[in-house]
Amino acid sequence: MERIPILRMGRYLLVTIQVDMHDRLAMALQDDLTSRIVEWESKGVLIDISSLEVVDSFIGRMLGNIASMSRILDAETVVVGMQPAVAITLVELGMSLTGIRTALNVERGMELLRKSVAAHGFAEIGQEGEQEGGDDGHQA
Amino acid sequence: MTAIAKILEKHQPELLQDWLKEQKSSGIRLDLIRETDLQEQSRRFLSLLQHAVAGAESVENLPQSRLADLKGYLFEVARTRAIQGFSPSEVAMFIFSVKRPLFQRLRNEVKDQDSLFNEMWGATKLLDGLGLITTEAYQKAREEVISRQQEELLELSTPVVKLWEGVLALPMIGTLDSNRTQVVMESLLQRIVETGSEIAIIDITGVPTVDTLTAQYLIKTVTAARLMGADCIISGIRPQIAQTIVHLGVALGDVITKATLADAFIIALQRTGFSIHRKHKQGQNFGMNTGA
Repeated sequence: MERIPILRMGRYLLVTIQVDMHDRLAMALQDDLTSRIVEWESKGVLIDISSLEVVDSFIGRMLGNIASMSRILDAETVVVGMQPAVAITLVELGMSLTGIRTALNVERGMELLRKSVAAHGFAEIGQEGEQEGGDDGHQA
Repeated sequence: MTAIAKILEKHQPELLQDWLKEQKSSGIRLDLIRETDLQEQSRRFLSLLQHAVAGAESVENLPQSRLADLKGYLFEVARTRAIQGFSPSEVAMFIFSVKRPLFQRLRNEVKDQDSLFNEMWGATKLLDGLGLITTEAYQKAREEVISRQQEELLELSTPVVKLWEGVLALPMIGTLDSNRTQVVMESLLQRIVETGSEIAIIDITGVPTVDTLTAQYLIKTVTAARLMGADCIISGIRPQIAQTIVHLGVALGDVITKATLADAFIIALQRTGFSIHRKHKQGQNFGMNTGA
């Protein structure tokens, strides 16, 4: 059966959805992701949906579920790269995905994950430089 | 062959002269239309009318196919007159003023009382119908102008401007209805993707009133932007509008609101990690330091 690959980047997981999500695929992703979080002791999940052009209420709910499940397993979820049409559809469906953090692209999403994981007291030893990378360097 | 067809065939030039005189005496706005144009329009109308009634048994209930050319021409005339600034009744008078000269000739032509009545009734009915067509065409022309203007307004009033690296602004002007909000929302979200901006400021200084529906739209836009990973700030909220929002019981939730665009811009700079300094007298810093 077709599966969505889950990539491991240090203590984070990267999921890129590049195919049309149908319901069984979504369920499989939920299963895989929760097992991987436990297996690899991940602290954050980054879901890239920039190629996703069609959503329905089920997919919306699934994203919400993944975020809640990850939180129970002590991992933050960030959804990145949502297309305008998808965002409008979800809003019209009444799903504002309040529990999910969002970012414009993978880079920003990763930054957000690092910050929030650090803020929650999981500061990674030897990575201080990276955590602060987003804060300065923009001074005009 | 009807008497009208005969008149139009034999006495058309005289009829045209009489009609033009009639139009001028009824006070046609010669400041709006050139006399040569008026002559040409009248001449063309009579020749098309002649064409329409030629060979018909009666001018009452002429088939649509015969009137098609005439109607098409009247549409054109009414349209140009609408643009020239004539009123609907003035446009309709163009047709109605042909009655008197035409009926005078009918009276000379037809001696029998009954057939004169029949001829006049048929002609009245035909000309009234044509008069109504001009009004219809006039209205259509006006509606076209209105809808074109609406479209232009829609396009003009939704610019998304870039204020700073990663900061977009959307100055909204005018009343928000569902159509416009849809366009505004889509263009804002599209620009967020294109520019990769993290902050979008929606400035509603130019929005005269906010009702529940407008507030709903605003919240939807903010939510959609948040889903994409951008934050929205609503600015330019006037005291009146703040009162209305509270009275209506609209929950703006955790949407950031600011009274002025300047305040919103400072927040946006803070979020993106920029700061503004004024290079003024040495050692003095009057600027706002919004640095992280």
